[in-house]
Amino acid sequence: MLRERIQASNYSFFDKLRSIDYLLILLIIAIGSISVFAIYSTEGGKFSFYTKNHIIRLSVFFSLFLVLSFVRVSTWYKNAYLFYIVGLILLITVLFFGISASGATRWINLYFLNLQPSELMKIAVIICFARYYHRIQSSDIQSYKFLIQPIILLIIPCYLVIQQPDLGTSILIAGSGIAIIWLAGLNIKYFVYSGLLLLVSLPFAISVLKPYQKSRILTFFNPDRDPLGAGYQIIQSKIAIGSGGFFGKGFLKGTQSYLEFLPEKHTDFIFTLFSEEFGFLGSIILLFLYILLIYRIINVGLVSRSFFAKLYCFGFATAIFLYVFVNIAMVLGMLPIVGAPLPIMSYGGSSLLSIMLGLSIVMSCKIYNQEQISVY
Amino acid sequence: MLNRGRNIEKGRVITRRMFILAAAKILLFAGISSRLYNLQISDREKYEILSDKNRIREWKTPPQRGIIVDNFNKVLASNDRVFQLHLILDEINDFDLTMFKIKNIIGLDQFKVKKLYKKKERLKPWDTLVVSDNLTWEQFSKINLYLHELEGAKPVLSTSRFYPYANDLVHVVGYVGDASPKDLEKPEIKENFVPGLKVGKYGIENSQEKMLIGNYGIKRYEVNASGKRISQIDYIKERQGNKVNLTIDIEIQKYAQELLKGKAGSICAMDIYTGEVVAMASSPTYDPNKFTHGINQKDWQEIRNNPLKPLINKSIAGLYSPGSTFKPLVALAALEYGILDPNKTIRCKGHKHPYELYGVKYHCWKKEGHGYMKLRNAVKQSCDIYFYEMARLLGVDKLSIIAKRYGLGTNVLGEVYNDEKNGLVPDTKWKRRALEQSWYLGETVINGIGQGYIQTTPLQLCLMTAQIANGGYKIKPHIIKDETINYKDVINKIKLDQSSFPLHERNYLDDINVEYYQRMYHKKSNINFVLDAMYGSTNEQYGTSYKSRYDDPKYQFAGKTGTSQVRRITDLDRELDLDTDQIEYKKRDHALYVAFAPYKDPRYAISVIIEHGGSGSKAAAPLASKLIKRIIDRHKLREQFNNGNTSLA
Repeated sequence: MLRERIQASNYSFFDKLRSIDYLLILLIIAIGSISVFAIYSTEGGKFSFYTKNHIIRLSVFFSLFLVLSFVRVSTWYKNAYLFYIVGLILLITVLFFGISASGATRWINLYFLNLQPSELMKIAVIICFARYYHRIQSSDIQSYKFLIQPIILLIIPCYLVIQQPDLGTSILIAGSGIAIIWLAGLNIKYFVYSGLLLLVSLPFAISVLKPYQKSRILTFFNPDRDPLGAGYQIIQSKIAIGSGGFFGKGFLKGTQSYLEFLPEKHTDFIFTLFSEEFGFLGSIILLFLYILLIYRIINVGLVSRSFFAKLYCFGFATAIFLYVFVNIAMVLGMLPIVGAPLPIMSYGGSSLLSIMLGLSIVMSCKIYNQEQISVY
Repeated sequence: MLNRGRNIEKGRVITRRMFILAAAKILLFAGISSRLYNLQISDREKYEILSDKNRIREWKTPPQRGIIVDNFNKVLASNDRVFQLHLILDEINDFDLTMFKIKNIIGLDQFKVKKLYKKKERLKPWDTLVVSDNLTWEQFSKINLYLHELEGAKPVLSTSRFYPYANDLVHVVGYVGDASPKDLEKPEIKENFVPGLKVGKYGIENSQEKMLIGNYGIKRYEVNASGKRISQIDYIKERQGNKVNLTIDIEIQKYAQELLKGKAGSICAMDIYTGEVVAMASSPTYDPNKFTHGINQKDWQEIRNNPLKPLINKSIAGLYSPGSTFKPLVALAALEYGILDPNKTIRCKGHKHPYELYGVKYHCWKKEGHGYMKLRNAVKQSCDIYFYEMARLLGVDKLSIIAKRYGLGTNVLGEVYNDEKNGLVPDTKWKRRALEQSWYLGETVINGIGQGYIQTTPLQLCLMTAQIANGGYKIKPHIIKDETINYKDVINKIKLDQSSFPLHERNYLDDINVEYYQRMYHKKSNINFVLDAMYGSTNEQYGTSYKSRYDDPKYQFAGKTGTSQVRRITDLDRELDLDTDQIEYKKRDHALYVAFAPYKDPRYAISVIIEHGGSGSKAAAPLASKLIKRIIDRHKLREQFNNGNTSLA
């Protein structure tokens, strides 16, 4: 084991460059470029505020991604709990010093960026859980002692995020956490039981939801309930996507978004705009790029030796999948509107930052894939 | 090694679970793809329509109303550009707020705002409220400036009617106003209506709506989510309504109206061959321009309460006993039926020895009596006694046949005016049916001098005169130019009728309906006799309108005066024998006059009625005389214009 550790630390820079997953980088650049065009289109073809900001953020965070990719995976491992604790502290900070927008308190003002700690928490939970299950023996996984800890670790951030209130992010955090618990090998029966419990408690859960969240869920089941109010977004989104047809209306020609029928078109509804302008063909291509991205991340996990890397990559891939799925299913009217950005595509610094951060850890797993991490 | 074995097992679990997750992901992505397929490929059309509905708004643009011109293409009704403000009610969330903003922007007073609220209550929620149909340019540009803040507000560039000859023509042309619910039921209005559009309320404007209204245009705009226009995508241009060409000569109309100034009455003039109405004046009159944007209360009360009743188109809706103007027709009827030899002499002995029938006395208008009269003289001097006797011999039923055939008792212009009256030509059957009484001979007697039940409109009298003057031929009276009717054709048709029909082949005596441009007489000589008698009445001494005559053959006309009583004349009245201006206005006689000119080769018939004007010879004939001169002076111009048509336009 010592030998392997020494071996791992002796990667030459050339070795590191060689083991970079260039396809993954290419995919990031591809999706990033598409996002620039999409954001440019939300501004009606004017090169102004959002587009400029998005390009700056993309370049800064992409550089950050490249730099952080060379951080040793063991360093991430060592600092995993720290990462989680910092995230938790930031979430608590939001509770007291957060800045509000449209009825929700989600951000901390960092002057150059309004940081949304819940976005960082998405990654923190994954890395924290990966570390947690990395060291647990498979025989211990089923024991309550080792089950109760991650559940507490998951409930605290989820509760804090729900308080903001931000149901979408909270669900995504919980989803990624649960995914890792699943990957670690927890018995299926736990998932089945808790699933049933969730179903039974759903009416109760709905009753404690905030009125706007309730109306969103009711609207999901019947968008025509209030076509100009709660149902407006989803109706307009469906109209935009449907009217795009096979080839779309063309770049900068999406009438629904151009004429401002689409709400939140740079953030949660960016896919709608893209789909209206580039049609079924464009949407499928974008979807395919995401699938490739997820595939590449899983592939990194497959070639990694350490459980930490495997769990992290598989968990992160599942998280990316969840973000993409929840967002697109939402704008297609298949899920209630919960407020979940589309990774890389949506305008928003924190979400982009956390995705890039997450990807840089994946890349570091790839570069140091032979590195074996000791339990302690 | 045990550790290692466990680790291998753990790695396998992770990988297996990862693959299960991956399978689930693939399934869910497939779900998304199929949803995309549904939306973008299967239901594409549906969403495309919804998207267009979202982004495209249609604005109807009001059509310009067709213009109305006179015989010489002079514009009688034109269009002015006006700026209007409309509110689309179902686009407004907060009506009070919008009204408040509009009130401040264009400066409406409280009274107007209240009125708009009332108006809004009558409208359906999807209707358009016309806030103002006549904004100043300043108000209009201000509205456009603040448009994005005004929900549902729609500035409209429209046109409004303008009548350059205002008072002179209102009874002919009519006027426009806001469409009432009843107007909107008419198909021609329903199909072409745009909120704020004015529709015809009376006269030509009303009856020729189909011609005048035109078709609205459609402007399609792309709008954004807040309803702001972004760009125009489509514009189907509106079509202006068709021109309506009248037969009126505005110069003559104006002059006729001038002659009637200060009086209540009517003057009609008609081409005796083509049937074209050259003038149709009614007095008093009012300004139709006041109605275009809604007349104010004061003006309306003034018009309504005027005792001379300006709202009534007296030429077609005023009913009068024809009085002595009926006599030429009575004489004609008696001759046609061979009741009486024109040389038969009857003595008029004055008021001391009136005509007596079954103990009832019938007086001549002339106190001293006319002495011995033959028919020609009786017409010329309008001797009542002669006509009493003649009517008694003729009988009311025969008289009514002739009267109806020559144009009395039915409206003249058909559908053009919705208020045109039929008048009444009584006969025994009518009385039994309408009043359930039998006819008295005394009623026949007074019918002989155009009194009693008989009622005619001035235009009917004009038509009657025209159809006697043209030699007894039926013509087609009209006020809207008909290119198929022109003087030459009519003359040819009449000549054809004269040559092709051997006399007496057909019994014309019991037939009321005669084809156009065919003879209505039985014997041509009878017509000539009546025309000659009318000549005497005007151009020979003792004739009732001798003072109004022209000696110049160019202007020389023949006519018949009439004085129609509005009440029974009592013995006391006869004793007092007051002058017209000594009698209370309402009780004064109506003065009538019918004439045709020039006497040789006549072309025009004219009728004049002055309500409560006294005697026909004093009040009506001089006006007719003046107008005839004007008509004949303009005859050559009219003839040239109608032949060459546009050469003088």
